[in-house]
Amino acid sequence: MLKINNLYARVDDKEILKGINLTVNAGEVHAIMGPNGSGKSTLAAVIAGKEEFEVTEGEVFLEGENLEDTSPEDRAHKGIFLSFQYPIEIPGVSVTNFMKTAINESRKAKGLEEMPAKDMLKLIREKSEMLEIDRKFLSRSLNEGFSGGEKKRNEIFQMAMLEPKLAILDETDSGLDIDALRIVANGVNKLKSKDNAVIVITHYQRLLEYIVPDFVHVLHNGRIVKSGTKDLALELEEKGYDWLKQETVL
Amino acid sequence: MAYTEEELKKELETKEYEYGFYTDIESDTFPNGLNEEIVIAISKKKQEPEWMTLWRLESFKIWKEMVEPEWANVKYKKPDFQAISYYSAPNKKPKYDSLDEVDPELLDTFKKLGISLDEQKKLAGVAVDIVMDSVSVATTFKKTLAEKGIIFCSISEAIKEHPELVKKYIGSVVPQKDNFYAALNSAVFSDGSFCYIPKGVRCPMELSTYFRINQAGTGQFERTLVIADEGSYVSYLEGCTAPSRDENQLHAAVVELIALDNAEIKYSTVQNWFPGNKDGKGGVYNFVTKRGLCEKNAKISWTQVETGSAITWKYPSCILKGDNSIGEFYSIAVTNNYQQADTGTKMIHLGKNTKSTIISKGISAGKSQNSYRGLVQVNSRAENARNFSQCDSLLMGNECGAHTFPYIEVKNKSAQIEHEATTSKIGEDQIFYCNQRGINTEKAIALIVNGFSKEVLNKLPMEFAVEAQKLLEISLEGSVG
Repeated sequence: MLKINNLYARVDDKEILKGINLTVNAGEVHAIMGPNGSGKSTLAAVIAGKEEFEVTEGEVFLEGENLEDTSPEDRAHKGIFLSFQYPIEIPGVSVTNFMKTAINESRKAKGLEEMPAKDMLKLIREKSEMLEIDRKFLSRSLNEGFSGGEKKRNEIFQMAMLEPKLAILDETDSGLDIDALRIVANGVNKLKSKDNAVIVITHYQRLLEYIVPDFVHVLHNGRIVKSGTKDLALELEEKGYDWLKQETVL
Repeated sequence: MAYTEEELKKELETKEYEYGFYTDIESDTFPNGLNEEIVIAISKKKQEPEWMTLWRLESFKIWKEMVEPEWANVKYKKPDFQAISYYSAPNKKPKYDSLDEVDPELLDTFKKLGISLDEQKKLAGVAVDIVMDSVSVATTFKKTLAEKGIIFCSISEAIKEHPELVKKYIGSVVPQKDNFYAALNSAVFSDGSFCYIPKGVRCPMELSTYFRINQAGTGQFERTLVIADEGSYVSYLEGCTAPSRDENQLHAAVVELIALDNAEIKYSTVQNWFPGNKDGKGGVYNFVTKRGLCEKNAKISWTQVETGSAITWKYPSCILKGDNSIGEFYSIAVTNNYQQADTGTKMIHLGKNTKSTIISKGISAGKSQNSYRGLVQVNSRAENARNFSQCDSLLMGNECGAHTFPYIEVKNKSAQIEHEATTSKIGEDQIFYCNQRGINTEKAIALIVNGFSKEVLNKLPMEFAVEAQKLLEISLEGSVG
């Protein structure tokens, strides 16, 4: 699904990713953990193609295809989805209208007709029920005045609507109370299949109790310094990141 | 293509005026310059009664004493009023019974503009009174309207056929001496529309007029008068485009609305005059005076989508004279490249329990300057007056400007005035968020702009709203894809 080779990326003059190697296969859930400023969100943004970051070395492959010259929208069309840590507000544009536009743009890119309104409604009904979203919510302006939990739930709703191959959840658990966390995690679990993959970026082990990862990677100072199974997450929870910092030669 | 500030700027700059063409129809054009003889000649040409000629001459005298105002936040080379021709009419004039008789080239022009009279007649139920360089050449749906007693014709015709109405109301809301351009218009107005809705009648269709400037160097001076008698209702639409030209074209229209007791007028405008090319050359100067008077329980609602003109100077206003009357102003003003707009409204509260609402959305791109200027005035006798104003500005890029000049004058303690203002910028984060969902930059900008303008677009009649939405996209998007 995803293969990252020796990836270096910088913003302005600051090097943030310093040689990332990562392979994610279909059907797998990977967790990326690490202290603040370790490069987790940058990694997510670089995979999604944000141009603010300059890739200076290395490659990102999606299903064997080098994404080097692929625009963010084309990456989205190919099935990459990023659940934002801080979802952006777009006043006056309803969640429904936004999703309609997104789905139809993707279809257009694939040479398909626009989705008929009837099918769109059905899809919206199905996915909003799955995520326990009140449909009134969908007519509100995108993320405007949403609570932290609403924003995150809305991200997962969009993920459900777009059915990506690779979903990257960037700190989706931050700002969620335990009930919202459960709903969001249930949603992700329902969307998980043998044909897609999920990367969960998180600070805490908490989310991983609900979305159980196959692999856990610890990112520190722009590098993956340790990989393991879900037990690694528990160990981190217990000991904090400091032992790793000491353990790793920097 | 992903978005950067630089790229967005480039995209915005590469959009040229879509409707830049020029119809070659023989015209009957006056020599340049303005003096009493010209004023008399215009009046004579239009076979006007003496009272009208005298009114024009009086206006001309007033105008001669006035100086061009300079308070607006716009910079331009003042027009030479002696270098303008004040009258131009399509040559093959007389009225037509059917469209077949209209000059085919003129019809072709309308086609290029996407105005199909037939289609409009059938689909939209819109009666169209087209002003092609000053003189009406086609009027439709008159019969249906006549059955209800509604008068919808050119102002020249109204002067001849309904002098009692014109005499009573012309200049009653915008007096000749109101301002420099209004005085000029009063002296030399060529044509425009007239509409009268009788007592208790609800106009069954949207009345619509398309304006167009066509003759090189010809100033266009429209005069519109809409009278809604007691308890009546009318929705009036006005839209326009103009051919692309190098020299600046002056446009100074006057629109007067009169809503008598319990009447309601909804006046919607979509304005797309040539804004000048991307280097700021050419473009229409649009100096317009639009004002409505509300008697008791009456309501006037102005909705405008302004995307064109090099210079816009325009303040559709409401005089809330009658108790319980309501004034509304909904505006979207888009400026790009070197366009300058100074636009807003005046809400004058005279009666008791009068209410006004102002929603202004300014969108600036390129090197343009976009100003909102609004006055809310509450007179000492206007008990319980209420106003709500909201002015939002959206900036695209770093070289444009958005300005807000709100004036509030309150002389009655019971007044409630609210003013909200926001300024935002289309951010790279918003664009990236859309991109990440598979929406390209061009589409993303359209989505964001439409979202920003939604409150105003929603106020437009359906068929106009679609057109306006398209216009916003045309005005702001690049030629990407």
